[in-house]
Amino acid sequence: MVRKIRIILAFGLYATNLRCSISNIQPTSHGKTWWTQREDLSRKRSWNVESPERLLYKQPSATRGGSDVMAVTPWLAPIIWEETFNPELVDAIYKPMNLTIATTVFAVGKYIRFLGEFLETAEKHFMVDFKVHYHIFTDQPQEVPAVNLAAGRKIFVHQVPKLDRWQDISASRMQMIQTIIEEQVHREADYIYCQDVDAKFHFRWGAETLDRLVGQIHPWYYDLSRDQFTYERRPESTAYIPSGVGDFYYIGAMFGGTVEDVYRLVKKCHENIEADKAKGIEAAWQEESHLNWYLLHNKPSKVLSPEYMWDDQRGKTEVMRVIRLSQILKNYGEVRENV
Amino acid sequence: MIIQYTPLSFRQRKVLFRDRNCDLDSPKGLLYKQPGITLGRCDVVAVTPWSAPIVWEETFDPVLVDAIYKPKNLTIATTVFAIGKYIRFLRDFLETAEKHFMVDFKVHYHIFTDQPQEVPSVNLAAGRKIFVHQVPKLNRWQDISASRMQMIQTIIEEQLHREADYIYCQDVDAKFHFRWGAETLDRLVGQIHPWFYDLSRDQFTYERRPESTAYIPPGEGDFYYIGAMFGGRVEEVYKLVKRCHENLEADKANGIEAAWQEESHLNWYLLYNKPSKILSPEYLWDDKRDKTNVMKVVRLSHILKNYAEVRENA
Repeated sequence: MVRKIRIILAFGLYATNLRCSISNIQPTSHGKTWWTQREDLSRKRSWNVESPERLLYKQPSATRGGSDVMAVTPWLAPIIWEETFNPELVDAIYKPMNLTIATTVFAVGKYIRFLGEFLETAEKHFMVDFKVHYHIFTDQPQEVPAVNLAAGRKIFVHQVPKLDRWQDISASRMQMIQTIIEEQVHREADYIYCQDVDAKFHFRWGAETLDRLVGQIHPWYYDLSRDQFTYERRPESTAYIPSGVGDFYYIGAMFGGTVEDVYRLVKKCHENIEADKAKGIEAAWQEESHLNWYLLHNKPSKVLSPEYMWDDQRGKTEVMRVIRLSQILKNYGEVRENV
Repeated sequence: MIIQYTPLSFRQRKVLFRDRNCDLDSPKGLLYKQPGITLGRCDVVAVTPWSAPIVWEETFDPVLVDAIYKPKNLTIATTVFAIGKYIRFLRDFLETAEKHFMVDFKVHYHIFTDQPQEVPSVNLAAGRKIFVHQVPKLNRWQDISASRMQMIQTIIEEQLHREADYIYCQDVDAKFHFRWGAETLDRLVGQIHPWFYDLSRDQFTYERRPESTAYIPPGEGDFYYIGAMFGGRVEEVYKLVKRCHENLEADKANGIEAAWQEESHLNWYLLYNKPSKILSPEYLWDDKRDKTNVMKVVRLSHILKNYAEVRENA
């Protein structure tokens, strides 16, 4: 009965996509309850990859069309590039599953200025024709722009405090994502993608990205040797990665997967960040360092090529046939809380 | 030993399959070559259009794969049917499997035969077992082949759902030559047929009569999968064999036998329920075919034999 009331309230508040806030995000202990009972409470999902009869598409080959890029990691997770997948086939497989995909963005302080374009371009390119729940974390709920959303897509606004250091704002995301999963997302979404707001979509960013645990290759590091990766190198940190190991350098601006798997990632990273804090350590790139530690030892089941997160500061390189999402040019001195 | 057929309800099935951790945990301190994303084999395609990996030599790191999967304490079942004269192939199959198939993993060989006394004694490594199931010898090789779906369904219901995490259903008339390992583990795994990997889909020997449940019209098709190898998690293979068995029975009631028996039904199933991983022809070659340029290794191959001599009816 309580659940029904909450759903009705939620529907009433959000049906017209007006900006509105719900309670401040507080870490809860309810997470334990959901986590231990998750077999019953998580949304049930079939892992079948059903393809409709009579769907026509180009014949795949096991030998023709080998490309200049690696399409698979050494542990056999696919790396998603243009022309390694068939978008019509992928959509035909995933659309009938009636999935809900949550996405989190943090628009705190001056970063709120990026939100309008993020949402408008997401409506054009991000999981088009799927049910998407945008979870916007901001200290200025009144500044959330009104954006026309396609059917089945919603915005949820969560008010959070603005911290003094951008490093703290960045690192606090792990805990907030953990909390929102415990409070809401575990009931409502199948997949969750945690993204940076200072980016724009330019091209399809779709269901080809869906998988259990998904990492995003950093656009500046895809062609460097592992000893050049900016991992945390101090053994005292929980994010420590020694030289001589490492797969890819994953960017903190995008990670995702099923709600359960992302929950475990953010929970562990949050614990590790707290453990470091208790010892007076802040990892080299904050939660990105912890993300990299986690994904090295808990390998992603799918990896996204730099097409899925480029940087407008970097000129397009030969391997990049399309740019689907890119971090926009900005003056860090101007938008960050502290430089 | 008569195998009793006791169908499980779906609810029971959910509870009774072995619970399993699907994480890809990689041990700290493990050293291996850095993956690159702009270097690799260009002569083969390593992923399907629905993003399932196609496993070829040099697309995976065997040391890393083993380090991920060995700690999971998995049990892998494999089924082979050694009926009539096919019993003669069993020794080589088992001996070479001991050298190359899922080495250092727990393997349960389930051998279906009409001649249990002829099953050779083979030295098995620790943690590996043989189970022998007596089955009748049917008069037609086509019937023997097609009956496998039902028997695999039954053995999963009776035993495997409790004891194994993965199951690979194989032909006995083959020998292992090279690593055939944990890189093949996945939810639902199909094997590309060695004679069809380089042909157009309209040349695939799918069942083409609309009256059959295995019907695939021209213009459709991904790969031609061989009936001699399919596998995956026990629950997924269970759904496959159950569905194929139902379809075979439906066809039988209609007086139809599909072009290549259960292989036709397997191809229908895997077209519309896509595999999550596909094995390149390295994983099942045919000794009758010369090695081609793309084949850097041959891991398992069907041996040369005289069909007229070994089949029940030629």
